[in-house]
Amino acid sequence: MSLLDLFRRRNSAPVARERLQVLLAHERAAGGGSDLVAVLYEEILAVIARHMSVDREKVQVKLDRGSSVSTLEIDIEVPELVVKRVA
Amino acid sequence: MAKVIVVTSGKGGVGKTTSTAALGAALAQLGQSVVVVDFDVGLRNLDLVMGAERRVVFDLINVVQGDAKLAQALIRDKRLENLSLLPASQTRDKDALTAEGVARVVAELREKFDWVLCDSPAGIETGATLAMRHADAAVVVTNPEVSSVRDSDRIIGLLDAKTLRAEKGERMEKHLLLTRYDAARPARGEMLKTEDVLEILSIPLLGIIPESEEVLRSSNVGTPVTLGSPASAAARAYMDAAKRLAGETVAMTVWADRKGLIGKWFGRKVA
Repeated sequence: MSLLDLFRRRNSAPVARERLQVLLAHERAAGGGSDLVAVLYEEILAVIARHMSVDREKVQVKLDRGSSVSTLEIDIEVPELVVKRVA
Repeated sequence: MAKVIVVTSGKGGVGKTTSTAALGAALAQLGQSVVVVDFDVGLRNLDLVMGAERRVVFDLINVVQGDAKLAQALIRDKRLENLSLLPASQTRDKDALTAEGVARVVAELREKFDWVLCDSPAGIETGATLAMRHADAAVVVTNPEVSSVRDSDRIIGLLDAKTLRAEKGERMEKHLLLTRYDAARPARGEMLKTEDVLEILSIPLLGIIPESEEVLRSSNVGTPVTLGSPASAAARAYMDAAKRLAGETVAMTVWADRKGLIGKWFGRKVA
């Protein structure tokens, strides 16, 4: 263990504080117990299903909560995209 | 007029029962008439911490369901005659607690005592919401640790939504009791500081209870720490907290036990 590691170990409290502030800001906004990601997942799936058939497991929705910016990552794997050509 | 206080936290193991016993005893030592009520149905422990486990005959469920009169279930403390305990049932299910039954028992306790201290079960289920339902004020017991702070935040949300006071649009008084506090660790950046927890939860501070051997020793022997070891740091901190609860202005001191021959304790002023 280097001296730097020792220093980092010591100062875990500011990390705890930062993580809590970010987390609680989001939890309070959601009113507690909101399943935003689950709702988004189902709705995104429904929209896509209207136009093409996708495997449920190939659709991923991730929410990364940051203090200033949050990112919503939607990853959909489409196996064989059949585009209908308009004659 | 009687005051009903819920001692709650969300998270288990942070010191709700210990704090209920110590604050109840401290208020009684200040001359108030006090009842401590165990709402943790099925996992009762307040009787053990109060040293009354062998004297339980009837319990909260018996009274709620009308099988026993309140006076039959109340256990008067052997050390302080103005301190009583209403134990929880050990055998029954927590679903045996009904909203109407609890309302009736709390109303009856208000008639008899100055202070009704309700020891909430952990969690956010029926038992916890019923324990807070009729409270005029809440003591939110929190350890300076991330999971405890998060759960306290959730409980504060419930206090502002699910209590009778909140539903009537009245102010729900909330107090933070920081427990298991080790004064040396926040200074080294190892533990959340009091100010950090206060800033995050934004409710007023009732007291800082230092991590102390005396707390464990007290529960071992079944004596609230303020009665068994009144000179210990934890007892002094609980006594200060009880005075603040009763409306007194007491300077916030982080008490610490001192090992050695010079002195038994020394205090450090903060804020």
